[in-house]
Amino acid sequence: MSEETTNSGEPVRVPFMQRVLDNPFILLFIGIVFPTLFYIIWGIMEIVNIPIAP
Amino acid sequence: MSDNQFRICPESGLQFHKPAEMLMRAHAVVAVVILLIGGIAALLVTLTRWPAIHLLPADRFYQLLTMHGTNMLIFWMISFEIAVLYFCSSTLLRCRLATPRIAWLGFALMLIGIIVNNAAVASGTASVMMTSYVPMPANPNFYLGLILFAVGALIGCFVFLATLVVAKDEKTYEGSIPLVTFGALTACIIAVFTIASGAIVLIPTWLWSLGYINHIDAAMYRIVWWALGHSSQQINVAAHVAVWYAIAAIVFGARPLSEKVSRVAFFLYIAFLQLASAHHLLVDPGLSAEWKIFNTSYAMYLAVLASMVHGLTVPGSIEVAQRAKGLTNGLFEWLRKAPWGNPIFSGMFISLIGFGFIGGISGVVMGTEQINIIIHNTIYVPGHFHATVVIGSTLAFMSLTYFLIPTLFRKQVAFPGLAKWQPYLFGIGMSSFTLAMMGAGTLGVERRHWDMAFTNSALGFEYPASAFTLMGIMGISGVVAILGGAIFILVTVVSVFFGKSVESESSYGISATRLMRADPVVVPEGGHGAAGKWGFAAPGTFVLALFFLAIFVLYYAVNWKYLASVWPMS
Repeated sequence: MSEETTNSGEPVRVPFMQRVLDNPFILLFIGIVFPTLFYIIWGIMEIVNIPIAP
Repeated sequence: MSDNQFRICPESGLQFHKPAEMLMRAHAVVAVVILLIGGIAALLVTLTRWPAIHLLPADRFYQLLTMHGTNMLIFWMISFEIAVLYFCSSTLLRCRLATPRIAWLGFALMLIGIIVNNAAVASGTASVMMTSYVPMPANPNFYLGLILFAVGALIGCFVFLATLVVAKDEKTYEGSIPLVTFGALTACIIAVFTIASGAIVLIPTWLWSLGYINHIDAAMYRIVWWALGHSSQQINVAAHVAVWYAIAAIVFGARPLSEKVSRVAFFLYIAFLQLASAHHLLVDPGLSAEWKIFNTSYAMYLAVLASMVHGLTVPGSIEVAQRAKGLTNGLFEWLRKAPWGNPIFSGMFISLIGFGFIGGISGVVMGTEQINIIIHNTIYVPGHFHATVVIGSTLAFMSLTYFLIPTLFRKQVAFPGLAKWQPYLFGIGMSSFTLAMMGAGTLGVERRHWDMAFTNSALGFEYPASAFTLMGIMGISGVVAILGGAIFILVTVVSVFFGKSVESESSYGISATRLMRADPVVVPEGGHGAAGKWGFAAPGTFVLALFFLAIFVLYYAVNWKYLASVWPMS
């Protein structure tokens, strides 16, 4: 939900970053994808691309 | 859900869900037992690396070093952290723990894993040290124990996440989860990545040790293993920072200077902290400078920035709370008159200073590709991580334990006089230990080496006398720190198993430093800055931060200068 209501019932728009920080599963996704991409996959691609010695 | 499943601690006001409480107790007790085993191994390893004593033969040294590393860096930390996860979810959100039975299954797997792994190491067939680099083989049970433990811990992480869903669904809190719980969530997310990486690397290695797989590539192994080995220490960082915020609130009623900034700092941990695993691979062939520099700079130091934010906001929030109570004279009256006799506070503050000044600065130096070569694979490296993991995480967890003994275990803290001095003995001993290690490492003394004198070695090397002196200081300081650790275990075990029950609000056992929670500080009219000086909400902390920055810049520059001297260009 991008909107919450005040005590008087008026809708208040919740900032995008707060919605991200309030959703543990989006954070879990980011926390797995970033290191998997930048550290593991990038690193493994570099090892895979080392030519095999004749 | 019946109300008799919950109890409210009369002193702290915290609400405990009984199944969660039993699980927290079980994890905490197992963690302390592991700390004892790892601590005994630590003593024997230290007495071997102390050149004047050189206690153990080589095979026994590597066996005990393996036992020390695995128990301390994996089993002690993660067992305690699962207890912290349950505390930060069920207790702080005042809700039931999701799926206690599955949580007990996770606990059982962790316990079996610990026993299986330790039995393999004790048999003398798995002296491969924590890293267990292939193609060096270990008894298959070494890997199996780690895999079982990892699966159990992963279950604990998902129980934590499910409990957050329960709390939101049952509306036990409004708005965002508390900052301390958010810190625990950060630790949990890093743990999921870490444990998944561990499974990816350890399951094939286990099959290889059984003969089902012919070959494991050493370079591939090192990349994926360090996603487990180093990221597991980042779980500790996130967890101990959460503990710092919790203790600031418990002892002082402190509120974060800015919750938004602190949350964003935790977010930077989630995105970038795990990347630092690459600094173990800085001299590995086959990996490009781009990969190394991007990852070891924690994606251009955004996670280091986050640590500096926490290092500023935690003492800053304490200063603001103290100033609001009238301790406004000069820059440091708030710090001078802090409850230094209360082990919850003293341990936490020594943890913060040691983590920042020793562990943090040395970590950035190690993570810089060029100057890393000065100290790569020397005893400087364990010097660094003993500052982060032992002074930073272990001491923070010890401090929290002094709060949990009366609140969670409902026991008085035994030997209050000893408990008062324990953080100083442990923290100062370990600080001296790490600095001596880092000094010896700068002189080239290797890590994981049984005999720095190279007695009867065909290819010997003679270190300067100062290196032997530093290793002697390391040995003496290590024994002092281990004595501090032994006192912690003594106080904890006697309190929990033989201590007097907490019966009234004033029966915490440490009468001079009451362990009850402080009321939240009311922000003065005019905001946080109203009680500060010269336009700063926390001027003392600001001066401390500038001092930290000056030390940081100086040490960084000295290392570049040192690199120039050891690597002359003509």
